Amino acid sequence: MGYALNFNLIWRHFDKLWGGLLLSLELAVISIAIGTVIGLVLAVWYVSAGRVVRAIIAAYVEFIRNVPLILLVYLVFYGVPTVVDLAYSAPTSFVLTLSVYSGAYLVEVFRSGLEAVPRGQLDAGKAIGLTPWQRLIHVRLPTMLRITLPALSNTFISLFKDTSIASVISVPELTFGAQWINFNTFRIVEVYLVTTAMYLLTGYILLFGLRLVERRFRAAR
Amino acid sequence: MASQILYALPFLAKGFAVTLWVSLLVVTLSLVAGVLLGVGLVYGPAPLRWAVRIFSDTIRGIPILVLMFFVYYGLPAIGLHLPSFWAAVLALTLFKTAQVIEYLRGAVASIPKGQSEAAMAIGLTFRQRLTSVIFPQAFRRFLPPWINGVTDAVKGSALVSLLGITDLMQAINQVIGRTYEAMPLYILGALIYFAVNYALSLASRRLERRFAFIRE
Repeated sequence: MGYALNFNLIWRHFDKLWGGLLLSLELAVISIAIGTVIGLVLAVWYVSAGRVVRAIIAAYVEFIRNVPLILLVYLVFYGVPTVVDLAYSAPTSFVLTLSVYSGAYLVEVFRSGLEAVPRGQLDAGKAIGLTPWQRLIHVRLPTMLRITLPALSNTFISLFKDTSIASVISVPELTFGAQWINFNTFRIVEVYLVTTAMYLLTGYILLFGLRLVERRFRAAR
Repeated sequence: MASQILYALPFLAKGFAVTLWVSLLVVTLSLVAGVLLGVGLVYGPAPLRWAVRIFSDTIRGIPILVLMFFVYYGLPAIGLHLPSFWAAVLALTLFKTAQVIEYLRGAVASIPKGQSEAAMAIGLTFRQRLTSVIFPQAFRRFLPPWINGVTDAVKGSALVSLLGITDLMQAINQVIGRTYEAMPLYILGALIYFAVNYALSLASRRLERRFAFIRE
């Protein structure tokens, strides 16, 4: 015992944490954007596809969801360049991994949302003469989004926290910044207290923003 | 290449055993702690409820990795020396405990109030109300999310490799360090994790169907 808290060194190196947080957010936003496209396309494809396509999409989803993210991060960063003639930086490699990873989770979210759209709405769309494409854009997707928004918010926040895994391939995001300060100043308790507060605060701000979006779309009914 | 991997198999098997052992410890310990704290959250006095709420919201709001470094490097700093294996298990258990607390809270909240009122009316004590009325019903709601979470524990256990514990993940990295066969070994590792977790999730779907029936 007898540990005296001293935050001076943390503030001196705070740029490592602040810059790290910004990079964490950037990694999360880009990966989630790509993951959302993957998720939407595959989910829409899945619900209307034949058996073979369904099996392939399900295999992708099940495989990714049952393997630790850290292994996928290593596989893409250290493994893939040994068999394919590609060179990419650690941040790019991580964004690539988290995109494919989030895609698998988002396919599930969107698929269950699509299946929850009431049949009557689609029939109504058909009855007023909308083409299948119009039914998808104007009926299915908006209703599906409204149904899935709460689950979507949780997935997004969870993916933001997953960016901490980027530290294992030395991407200088928030967790990496915390470790740097940990190893260089040994103000261990302080640095993780501040880092915890930063993750919590960011997470709650994100959650608050997403809840506002949810409320807006709920009111639009 | 194939011979090198065959040669490494016993080593990987040892790592795999550590992965299973860590997962089993985390799942069991967090079940006990989570159910106790969950009951505290639902039925405890206000200070206990707040403490559990703050604990759960804080832990679930940060990445497991941060929690793990906090516990692993932070405990010795304040004078508590745990072997690294147990520090890792403690961190993962804390994380899982917070989840179990929420599963329990959700399950108990889903039981209609009339049930515990009726139990009170026929003169059951608090403990009897819990063990003979609330828990048997809440159990069916608790089981599906909890069982789904077991695969998370197996996946989360891969993070102990960062603390120098030779689990499956770390064993794979070490074999790659010797053989430079990164791709085949990562794929082998992914397949092993997949096999375990997929089997678990199939089993959980089975159990879910079995216990899904809720008497209203």
